[in-house]
Parts: sequence; C-alpha cells; structure tokens
Amino acid sequence: MIKIKKSWEIPESEVTPEPLYLRRREFIKTGGLIGGALLLNPLAAAQASIAIGDYQKEAVSLDEEITEENDATSYNNFYEFGTGKEDPKQNSKRFQTDDWKIVVSGECEKPGTYGLEDLVKPFPIEERIYRLRCVEAWSMVIPWLGIPLGSILSSMQPTSKAKYVAFRTLHDPVRMPGQQRSVLNWPYREGLTIAEAMHPLTILSVGMYGKTMPNQNGAPIRLVVPWKYGFKSIKSIVGIEFTEQQPQTSWNMASAREYGFYSNVNPEVDHPRWSQKRERRIGEIFKRDTLMFNGYGEEVAALYDDLDLTANF
Amino acid sequence: MSVSAALKSAYAKPVAHLLCLLPLMVLLWAALDDGLGANPVETLTHETGEWTLRFLLITLSMTPLRQWTGLASWIRFRRLFGLYAFFYVSCHFMIWFIADHSLDVVAMVEDIIKRPYITLGFSALLLMLPLAITSNQAMIRRLGKKWKSLHQLVYLVLSLGVLHFMWLVKADYLEPIIYAIIAVALLLHRAGPMKRFSLRSSPATR
Repeated sequence: MIKIKKSWEIPESEVTPEPLYLRRREFIKTGGLIGGALLLNPLAAAQASIAIGDYQKEAVSLDEEITEENDATSYNNFYEFGTGKEDPKQNSKRFQTDDWKIVVSGECEKPGTYGLEDLVKPFPIEERIYRLRCVEAWSMVIPWLGIPLGSILSSMQPTSKAKYVAFRTLHDPVRMPGQQRSVLNWPYREGLTIAEAMHPLTILSVGMYGKTMPNQNGAPIRLVVPWKYGFKSIKSIVGIEFTEQQPQTSWNMASAREYGFYSNVNPEVDHPRWSQKRERRIGEIFKRDTLMFNGYGEEVAALYDDLDLTANF
Repeated sequence: MSVSAALKSAYAKPVAHLLCLLPLMVLLWAALDDGLGANPVETLTHETGEWTLRFLLITLSMTPLRQWTGLASWIRFRRLFGLYAFFYVSCHFMIWFIADHSLDVVAMVEDIIKRPYITLGFSALLLMLPLAITSNQAMIRRLGKKWKSLHQLVYLVLSLGVLHFMWLVKADYLEPIIYAIIAVALLLHRAGPMKRFSLRSSPATR
C-alpha cells in the first residue's frame, strides 16, 4: 500500500524552522565569497550536485526491505560509463557535475537554460521509497530523494500542444567514456506522455539513501518512474522538451520490437527474448513474481484505460 | 625444461587439473567472501557459461597446437579440457535450474521451448552429454570409426554455445563477437584452407 502524504500532512517536526531556513538563504548568498576561497582547494569545490539538507522523510513509503546501499551503487546500467554492471561506479569517479545546466524547450511558456539549483531549489525535497524493476528481470527497493516532476514542469507552463515530454542525457564522450563506443545511439533519449510526466509518482531525483545522487546512479539529476522498466528513468539529464509528437527513445531506436515507448512493467507481456513474469530482487537468490505496473496499478492503471498494453508495450 | 618435456612430464596432468579447477575455486572463494557483486546468481551463471565456452575453445585448440608446434603431446590434454567444458556447463545449467526456476521442471521446459537463446544453450548441453559419456577408453575402442564422427559434434556444440551468448546480449556485442571470431578461426582451420599454412610434422595419434 502506497501512501502519498499531502503537503498539509507534513508533521511540524519535519519542516525546517524558519530561522534555520533564513540562515540557509544567507548561507547561499555568502556562498559566492566562500566559493571564491574554495577555488584554492579544488577537492572541496568539486561538489556541484545538489547537497542534501532537510527533506520530508518517507513522503512515499513502502513496506519492503530497502536494497543495500552498496548494491544500489555498484550494480548499475549506465552505458555512458560502460556496459558492465560495475563499470559505472569505476568510470564515473571523476565525473564533474559543476555548473550543470538543463535546457527546457518546446511547447511551453518559459523555455530557457536553467541552472540545476534554480530548477530544484523552489521545491521541498521528498524521500520516496520505490521499487525499481529492470527490464533484465532484477529489481531493487530504493529510497530516492527528489521532487515531483509535475511541479517543475508546471512552473514551465506547458501549452496545450504539449502532449509529450522528451528527456536527453549529457552527450560528452570525454566525461562519459562509454559514449566513445556506439553501443547505443547517443545521446540517450527518453520520453513520457504529458499525463505520465505530471503523475504524482513521477519524480526528478537528486539523491538517494539520504545523500547526494552518486555519479553512477545518474548525478546530478535523473528521472524516476517507478511503474516503468528502469531504462525509462533517464540519468544525468541536460534537456527537457515539451513536444506534440511522441519523442524518440534510445532503446526503442536500438530495437523497436523489443522496447516500446511505454515500457510499463507488465508480467503478461514478455520481452521477445525472455520472460517478464518473475524477477530477482537484489539480495535474494530465488525469483519472485513481478507485479503489474510494478505494484503501482492502483495509482497508474487509469492512465492506460484506453490503451491496448500488448500492442503498446 | 622444454615444452615437449613439460607436456610429457608425470606432473603435466595433475597441474592441468588444478588449472582447470582454478576458475571454480576462485568463484567459490568469492562466494564465501561476498565478492560476487550485487547479483551473485547472475555472476555465477555468466562466469560458468563463459568458462564453458573458454574450455571448448581450449579443447579445439589442441589439434592446431599440435600442428603448429609439431608436438603430438598436446592431444593428451584434449579429453581433459573437453570434460571440464562439460563440468562447467553442468554448473551453469544447475545454477539456472535451481535459482531461476526453483527446480520447477515444467517452468524450465516452457522456458527452453519459448526462448530461442535458451533452446540453443540447452541443445548444446544435450549434445555434450553423449560426448562426455563416450570419452573413456572403452567407449573409444567400442565405437571405433563412429567415435570420431560422433565427437565432431563438438563443432556444433561450440557454434550453438556462441550463438546462445550472442542472442542473450542486450546491446554490447563485443564479448560474444570475440568468442565468435576465435571459434570461426578454429572451425575454418579444420575446414581445410588454412591447413596449407600449418606445419604438419606429425600424423594423427589416433
């Protein structure tokens, strides 16, 4: 059973006291001065991903055992840093996320280039414990820290023509050495319908396990769509575009008969080469049954009332 | 000690056995030491599968090695390597049957029929069974000329094994392609055209 706490339900104790909040603002202002001093110390200045301060604990909770943090940060599909499961951890160690910019474009009133902080800071960070189901038939339970994507998208004021949202990962083969091989058609691209993007379960995540997002998990900002296969949750996002047409997505471009646009977790629709009925939860030996919409059917099934999920896999 | 003397030494086979068991020991050690990563079942499945392919390639390298080096003794090790290929494929199969199918035979058969890459892998396993059974001296004598034709099935086994690997990969084909190139080279060598370039200093031992 998933419970999304409404903002008015947040206990007083979890809200940052105003004096502290104000001091935090002050800290950010004086940050310029400190930042200047930090330039003398490159190690200290390297951190550019979102520093995790206060957040609403278990805004969405889940009564399942959380995956070991070390497993979630050392077993990753992030081909930009190599195709082996442990490659991303190894090859992303020196990945710099300084001065991260996100280009918002397409069918909206407020297109432009946004600094990561500008995009994220207006909204409170929530902890959301979600299942993550990979198309390769393994799964994890991860405590993400993030913001509902809908909140950010709404602030861009999408027009009536915005039917889809397209996302793009950084394309920089020097910083992302995995892109030196054309395993996929870079940059990595993903997309959602506007209804999926605005759904309250869909978040942009900037951290996990109470900490800043590790590079290998998609620093500094990534998508998390818990009812879809993991590859939909695009990492290290630099582009968000509102479109009228269904956008191209990387795995669909690689193999259209195997990876559809929707890619909802569905035990009834097999991958052409393997079954999706069962999955191995990381930390366990035997497989368990995969749940329809990864167990989020109550929340999201209505999005697909008029859709044939076998044809639109 | 020369290569020739080393191959003929009384220690050669025990050393070969130890080397062949080394991958297993490394995996067992890692398993006890929590060193198989976040998905130990997957690591064990992949490692035993890859070692099966490696041992098949090593087995099929003995004949060209004999031709290139002129040392007939390489052939003494061919059966040993072949049997280790069968040993690792048995581990590979058992891990999959136990951990992926929880020993459910019906579910397993369904998977074998429905998934082409599993069909190929399972066929290769089945074809290796008669080869392993007829690998002793008594069977070699009993089967006579038929033994050689039967054991040429190993070429098919290797091809199925490489295709099995190729077919399960998501996007990065580099590793299966490396296996495929070596396999094709070894098969072509037997097909004839390359024989011209090799030193045929010793006749077949059997």
